[in-house]
Amino acid sequence: MKRIEVNLSSLRETAPHEFAVRFFFGGLCTVAAGLMAKRFGPGVGGLFLAFPAIFPASASLIESHERKRKAKIGSDGRNRGRLAASLDARGAALGCVGLVGFAFVLWRWVGGHNAWLMIPGAAMVWLVIAYTLWAIRANRPKRTVQALRKMGS
Amino acid sequence: MGTLFMRFLIGGVVVSLFAALGDVLRPKSFAGLFGAAPSIALATIGLTIHQDGKAYAALECRSMMLGAVGFFAYTLVVAWVLRRYRPSALRASLLLMPTWFAVSLGLWLLFERRT
Repeated sequence: MKRIEVNLSSLRETAPHEFAVRFFFGGLCTVAAGLMAKRFGPGVGGLFLAFPAIFPASASLIESHERKRKAKIGSDGRNRGRLAASLDARGAALGCVGLVGFAFVLWRWVGGHNAWLMIPGAAMVWLVIAYTLWAIRANRPKRTVQALRKMGS
Repeated sequence: MGTLFMRFLIGGVVVSLFAALGDVLRPKSFAGLFGAAPSIALATIGLTIHQDGKAYAALECRSMMLGAVGFFAYTLVVAWVLRRYRPSALRASLLLMPTWFAVSLGLWLLFERRT
């Protein structure tokens, strides 16, 4: 089983304007979701609660950070960066299954229970589903990881 | 206007926090999970319940499941295209965004309008 690690120094690789872009798009998408719900009703508005708000910005950041790391040791990390972004996208796919679980819990039970307990509960359901799927997947051989390792060596 | 500004601030903070979590966590496939965290929903559901009630929020969450299926399809397509053709991540993720709209709205037209 792969170990999960926290590397706080990664935050230093993110430039202030990159944090600002995420904040702006995060805020914008939240406002847009509310406006869509007001204009078209909760049916369409709800779709936007699962909008890939900052996915393009995050994928692009991952690619550029990998490229910079490789550039420091004098090699072209373009391909490696793009494969790393591909891995990130596959991780996000597992998170999406958790997202369905999150929405299901709130859809079924928020009406009859305390909302301030149900919202964190649904977030826990997201985390458990996403982590479980990731752990199952982490034990399988992966072509992308093998390709990354080959490039790294 | 005040509510919109509040949504903007809360949304910006929550989305940024999840993105920062994704930055610091390793391995990348695990960090990727946080790219599909319920950040917009967490930022907005509380406000929706407060303003429009629980029944309205529950309806939004029912649709959110379809949006999440669209997100799932979108990430799989982006991952495949990045691995197969190696375009820039930004270009691939932006140009493939219609996948989310097509799957989400398609499913909504299929299921939600019937009910």
